[in-house]
Amino acid sequence: MADAAVQDRILLPSEPKASLLKSRGMVGFLFMLPALAFLLIFLTYPLGLGVWLGFTDTRIGRDGIWIGLENYQLLWEDSLFWLSVFNTLLYTITASILKFALGLWLALILNEHLPFKSFFRAVLLLPWVVPTVLSAIAFWWIYDSQFSVISWGLIELGIIDTPINFLGDMENARASVIAANVWRGIPFVAITLLAGLQTISPSLHEAATLDGATGWQRFRHITLPMLSPLIAVVMTFSVLFTFTDFQLIYVLTRGGPLNATHLMATLSFQRAIPGGQLGEGAAIAVAMIPFLLAAILFSYFGLQRRKWQQGGAD
Amino acid sequence: MTLSRRDLLIGTATAAVGGASAPLLGSLPAFAQAAEPQYKPEQGASLRVLRWAPFVKGDEDQWIANTQKFTQATGVDVRIDKESWEDIRPKAAVAANVGSGPDIMLVWFDDPHQYPEKLLPVTDLANYLGNKYGGWYDGLQGYAKRGDQFVALPLAAIGNGIIYRDSMLKAAGFQEMPKDTAGFLELAKALKAKAKPMGFALGKAVGDGNNFAHWVVWSHGGKMVDENGKVVINSPETIKALQYARELYQQFIPGTEAWLDINNNRAFLAGDVGLTANGVSLYYSAKTDPKLAEMAADMRSANMPIGPIGRPMELHQTTSSVIFQHTKFPQAAKAYLKFMYEQPQMSEWIKASSAYCCQPLKAYADNPVWTSDPLHAPYAKASETLVPNGYAGPLGYASAATMADYVMVDMVAEAASGQRSPEEAAKRAETRANRYYRL
Repeated sequence: MADAAVQDRILLPSEPKASLLKSRGMVGFLFMLPALAFLLIFLTYPLGLGVWLGFTDTRIGRDGIWIGLENYQLLWEDSLFWLSVFNTLLYTITASILKFALGLWLALILNEHLPFKSFFRAVLLLPWVVPTVLSAIAFWWIYDSQFSVISWGLIELGIIDTPINFLGDMENARASVIAANVWRGIPFVAITLLAGLQTISPSLHEAATLDGATGWQRFRHITLPMLSPLIAVVMTFSVLFTFTDFQLIYVLTRGGPLNATHLMATLSFQRAIPGGQLGEGAAIAVAMIPFLLAAILFSYFGLQRRKWQQGGAD
Repeated sequence: MTLSRRDLLIGTATAAVGGASAPLLGSLPAFAQAAEPQYKPEQGASLRVLRWAPFVKGDEDQWIANTQKFTQATGVDVRIDKESWEDIRPKAAVAANVGSGPDIMLVWFDDPHQYPEKLLPVTDLANYLGNKYGGWYDGLQGYAKRGDQFVALPLAAIGNGIIYRDSMLKAAGFQEMPKDTAGFLELAKALKAKAKPMGFALGKAVGDGNNFAHWVVWSHGGKMVDENGKVVINSPETIKALQYARELYQQFIPGTEAWLDINNNRAFLAGDVGLTANGVSLYYSAKTDPKLAEMAADMRSANMPIGPIGRPMELHQTTSSVIFQHTKFPQAAKAYLKFMYEQPQMSEWIKASSAYCCQPLKAYADNPVWTSDPLHAPYAKASETLVPNGYAGPLGYASAATMADYVMVDMVAEAASGQRSPEEAAKRAETRANRYYRL
C-alpha cells in the first residue's frame, strides 16, 4: 500500500506547472528570492543610485541633471580632495599595518598557556564591542588640548611643561586618530587570528620541533602559511573598515586641523549633507570604490595564492 | 494686542470684500503705512512646526506657551517638533523639495535662499510687522528677502560676543576692553604674558569658528565675493586680515586649531583662557553652577573689536521662519507667525530666551532682558552688527556651500597657524570659493 502511494506521488505530477515547482533548480531559486530581493533593494539599488548621483548635480532635495564627469573634473582640480585621498591612504595603510602586527602578536600571546586566559580573551574584545562613537568621545577627552589625561600625567611627572597639542598639530592629529583607530581595530584582528591559530594542529609543531626547527622557523613555515587564508580575509575586512572610517574622525576632529585628518568619507559627508551637494558628495564616495576594489583584489588574488602561502615566489 | 478667533474672522471677511483695507470693526488699530493683513485659518486647520532644539530652556517653554495661546485663540492645533540644530538644514531642504512634512520651519542662515520658490511669500506680513515694530534689521532682512519679496520672516540673531575675566584683564594692565583690533592685539599679548591667554576656535566649529573667521576678514575690509557674486577674497584687505590673525594667534592658548564648538567653553570654564568669544550660554554655564559662582561674578562681556573699516561687522547665527508652499493651511500658518511676532508674544519670547535670541525688529530692542544683567548688553547689538554670510554678494546655493565647506575658516586657520602664508591661504580660498561661485 505504502509503496503504491509513493509511486502515485512520483508518477502523478504530469502537469508542467507542478514539475517546474518540483524541479530542484526552481525550488532553490525560490528560496533565494528573499535574499536576492534584499540584496537588490538594500545593496544594489543604493550603490547604483550613488554612482548615478555622482554624475549629476543633485543637491539635497533638488533633483539634478546629468552632467557627466563634471563632478570628477572638479574634484581632480580640488586640492582638498587630493589631500583627503592622501590622508585616507596614509590612515588606512598605517593603521592596517599596525593593527595586523599588533593583532597577530596579541593572538600569538593569547594562544600560549597564560593564567586567566579566558579573562584576557574577554577583555580584549572590549574596544570592539564599545560603540565607536562612545570610544571616540573618550578619545576626544584623552586628546583634548587642555584636559588630556596623558598631558596631565606627563606634566605631573615633570616630563613636559605644556599640554601636548594632540589634535591641533597636523602631524600629531594624524598620529592620534591612527592610534585611536588601531586601538579599536586590534581586537577584531586578534580574536579572528586567535581562532585561526587554534585550528593549527599541534602535531605539526611537534613534528617540526622534533626536526629541530626553531621558534621563528615554526612561525615562518607553519603558523604563517596555515594562517594566511584567514589573514587575507581579516585584513581585507580591516582595510575596508579603516578606509571607510567616519565616526572616529567626525567626533575627534571633523577633518581638522587644517583638513589634516579629512578622509574621503568625511569630506564626502561635509560636501553632501551640510554643504547640500549630494552629487559631489556621491562622486567622492564613488571615488573610494577603485581603492576598495584594489584592496579586495590584492587580498583575493595575492594573499590567497597557494604559492605565496607556501612561502614560494611567483 | 491679543488676537481672538473673532477678530481674525472679521478681519479676513473685510479683506475678502474690500481688498486689504483697514478692518471695519473691533479693537484693531488701523495703520497708515501698511494695512494690517488678516488671515483666517482654514476650516479644521492644523499646523506642524519644526524648529531647532533650544539652547536655553526658557526659549522653548515660552515658544510653546505662545503657541498654546494661539491655539486657544484660533482653535488651530499646532504640533511643535524639534531637531538638533545641525540637522535642520538638510531636513528643511528635503521638506521644501519633496513637498511634504512641516508647514513651518525655523531655519538657519541662507536656507530660505536655497529654495525660495518653494516658500510661501510673506511680504505683506513682513511689511506690516516691519512698519509696526520699527523696521527689520538690515542683516537679518538680507537673509529673508529676495528681490522685493520676503520669502521668510527673520526671527532672531543668536549673538556672539566676547566673554572675559575682569580680574585677568586688570592683571594684564587694562582697565577696560579695547574697542579696536589694534588695542585688542595689545591686550592679547598682555593677557598671555601676565594672566591667561585668549583663545578662539580655529577648528571645524560651525558656530564659533565661522564667527571668528568672518569677523577677522570682514573687520579688515576683506570679503568673499563682491556685489555681483564675483570671488574677491584674494585681496590686499584679506591679506591684512590674515596677517592680523597670525599675530593674534601667536598670543592664543595652544591647540585652538583643533577646537570644535564646545572646546572654548570648556577651556574658559576651567580657567585656562581669560577671554574667548561665544554665545551668552557660556555665562549661564558658570552662573547656574554654584561651584563657579566666583568665576561668574568675574565674567564680563564685550562686542568684538572694530577693525580698520571702522564699523562692526559680524556673522552671528541667524534663524528665520519659513512657510512652505506645500502647506495645506497657508492662512493658518500666516496667522500663526503673525501672532508669534506680535508684541505680547515676541517680547515674552525674547525675554525668556535670556539674551540668547536677539530681536529681528527694532522696536523690541528695549526688551528688559538686555538691561536685566550687564553681561547681556553686547548681545543686544547682535542684530545691528550682523552681516549675512554671503556678504557682499547674493545669497543662495554658493554662499551656503562655501560656508559649509569651511572656506573662510580654513583660510584663517591656515594663515593664523603659519601653515601657509597669508598670500597662499587667500589664493587657495579664492580657488575653493570659485568652485561654488562659478555656477
